[in-house]
Amino acid sequence: MEPLWFAIVAGMLAVYVVLDGFDFGAGFLHLIVARTEGERRTVLAAIGPVWDGNEVWLLAGGGALFMAFPAAYAVGFSGFYLPLMLLLWVLILRGLSIELRGHVTDPLWAAFWDATFAVGSTLIAIVLGAALGNVLRGVPLDATGTFHMPLFDTFWPSAHSGVLDAYTVLVGVFTLLALAGHGGLYLAMKSEGPLHDRSLRAARLSWIVAGVLFPLVTWGTARVSPELPGAAAQRPLVWILAALVAASAAALVVGLVRGRPELGFIGSAGTLFTLLGTAAAARWPVLLRSSVSPSLSLDAFQAATTQHGLRVALTWSLVGLPLACAYFVFLARLFRGKVRLET
Amino acid sequence: MSDALFWHRLHFGFTVTYHYLFPQLTMGLAFLIVLFKWKAFRTGSTFHDEAARFWARIFGISFAMGVVTGIPLEFQFGTNWSRFSHFAGGVIGQTLAMEGMFAFFLESTFLGLFLYGEKRFGPRMHLASAVALWVGSWLSGYFIIATNAFMQSPVGHGIGPDGRLQLESFWAFVLNPWAIWQYLHNMTASVVTASFVVASVGAYWSLSGRQREHATLALRTGVIAGLIASCLMVFPTGDRHGKLLAEKQPATLAAMEGLFESKPDAELAIIGQPDVMHRRLENPVVVPGMLSFLVYGSFGSTVTGLDRIPQDRWPDNIELLYYSYHVMAGLGTLFIALMALAAFLLWRGRLERTRPMLWALMLAMPFPYIATTAGWMTAELGRQPWLVYGLMRTSEGTSPRVSAGNTLFTLLGFSGLYLVMGILFLYLVGREIAHGPGTPDHQTRTTRTPGLAGEVG
Repeated sequence: MEPLWFAIVAGMLAVYVVLDGFDFGAGFLHLIVARTEGERRTVLAAIGPVWDGNEVWLLAGGGALFMAFPAAYAVGFSGFYLPLMLLLWVLILRGLSIELRGHVTDPLWAAFWDATFAVGSTLIAIVLGAALGNVLRGVPLDATGTFHMPLFDTFWPSAHSGVLDAYTVLVGVFTLLALAGHGGLYLAMKSEGPLHDRSLRAARLSWIVAGVLFPLVTWGTARVSPELPGAAAQRPLVWILAALVAASAAALVVGLVRGRPELGFIGSAGTLFTLLGTAAAARWPVLLRSSVSPSLSLDAFQAATTQHGLRVALTWSLVGLPLACAYFVFLARLFRGKVRLET
Repeated sequence: MSDALFWHRLHFGFTVTYHYLFPQLTMGLAFLIVLFKWKAFRTGSTFHDEAARFWARIFGISFAMGVVTGIPLEFQFGTNWSRFSHFAGGVIGQTLAMEGMFAFFLESTFLGLFLYGEKRFGPRMHLASAVALWVGSWLSGYFIIATNAFMQSPVGHGIGPDGRLQLESFWAFVLNPWAIWQYLHNMTASVVTASFVVASVGAYWSLSGRQREHATLALRTGVIAGLIASCLMVFPTGDRHGKLLAEKQPATLAAMEGLFESKPDAELAIIGQPDVMHRRLENPVVVPGMLSFLVYGSFGSTVTGLDRIPQDRWPDNIELLYYSYHVMAGLGTLFIALMALAAFLLWRGRLERTRPMLWALMLAMPFPYIATTAGWMTAELGRQPWLVYGLMRTSEGTSPRVSAGNTLFTLLGFSGLYLVMGILFLYLVGREIAHGPGTPDHQTRTTRTPGLAGEVG
């Protein structure tokens, strides 16, 4: 049961990054690619009907983590107290910016929420990346089974570094660029004219820089978590997922080069999903790696609830997850195609 | 440590109280919007569609506030109450995860359709998405109440060898009798809030001589739904809830009523100030024997007072608990009186000519919010000193590594953010009410950006 739930939780959180990721990316690009009021309304109309559903994957994934691995939820969330609270504030402001912008017709009102939307989306993308960086690098879990981290301490990664150090910031910047590329492709897919052209150009540029940074991120990960590459290389699943990363990335490149945003978007969604999947498969069974001593790490077997609880939850998930996917397909089909503003 | 406990409690108390100001309106309003949409769909009445559209705009603003203030609550189980999450996650994780999977996905999917899709997808789809929103938000309510009910009256669990709670019987846990009565009580309360808001807006339009037809519809809907829901609050939902309380949490009942001594013919205190140190009620106005009758159905039955309960099991803030309960019950009684009188005038066709009544209805808007908040304070303060009743004390549930300083910092942050959001909410809703549904505002509405409400029209 534990491996299955590890996969379900990791899969749900990866879906979250892929889905909310494109609206974060769109937000980051909002002020850059959308210049007129009509273009900005197009960006918001492109994500308006879907962003809330995308964000639900975070809540549902978090709920699944809480249910299946309560100890990891408790230790991890309390350990990352301040960064999580800051993330919440930004999520709140960004959600409001999307929902409230359209309620008042006034250029100042729109400008304020446009800026909030762009800054909020950018910060969330970086923080999500930094969070992933922390999970890969590890946290100072000690003999009490808990940890507490400052936001920052020594910037060069060490046993004392805080949530933000050179490595986690690097992962954060990489994530921002990858999501910008992802969101740019989504906007190109949903728009026409200058907005489409600028979005596609922004997607290309973002993915090129992200591609250049990727080897650096991989090297950094091997440095901060030296046991990871060795363990990963022995697992067939990691190799399969890595092959899927390569295939998705190829689709992404073809889509970008030929100017076909649909293909590129599928490629970038696949790349993000399989990259996260690879990281999770390489990390199994560790949920929280201890940077103090590997023996203090919290793994899925220690953190899990009982087999009975996991089986019961699996039963209702077999109903719930297909339903969630069906809603998503239903909504995506209804709103498929280019955005048409109703004026 | 005790300092940190205080701030953790205030942190959760503040964020959850603030959050629930929004869902209590949207859950009830979803139900009323379905009624308007259904009427419009059946009769082809554009008038009812117009009303549904107007309330959908209010709903959209309130729903957005509810969504963004709801996210921190799930997080706080882990961030501020990690020992509680560690201890109880094996059980309550089930309902919290189910809420995400069964309710949030449904709501978020159809919210987009409901707010953006009327023109594009037609009336049938619009009605269906209104129904889906209603069902989704009421399902969400059930999962949360079932979680809270477990904390109030734990069932279906076992204790594992590591001391953590584990799920033994899923159905016992999900169909907890406490959850069922608390749910019915709570959902009826959300209909009370929505009805009072609708009636209040109708009264405002009527008094100011605008939106005449819509004023009539809002008053009629609000008063009828408000009267029915207010009566259901007392009987059977409040009554059954109270009997469960006497059975499962006698200490809570005694503290709520300010009953320091066990006795037959126990009196019901209407007014009075508890003096906990001297164990008595000052300046009491009571109904003799009434408490015994309400709890056990006979005047002679003995009701357990605080004297029979060890002091370390008393709720730790008896005074506030007592007042919360009395504010809730007192307001609930007044609601029935107010709505019964309004319904009588409505039946006689005199409601809109009776200006004092319209004033009363208009000004009554905040009171269901106060009553609901007081009701939840009664439930949560009444559960003290336990976090999970009889199994874990509140002081044992906090995050050991999160300091008072960090908690106070984020509490201050939430306070500031929520203050700004409250101002925004009142501004936007006030604008919509002043604007109203019936004005020839086609021009302004279609030129709005598609943030949300813009595309509704």
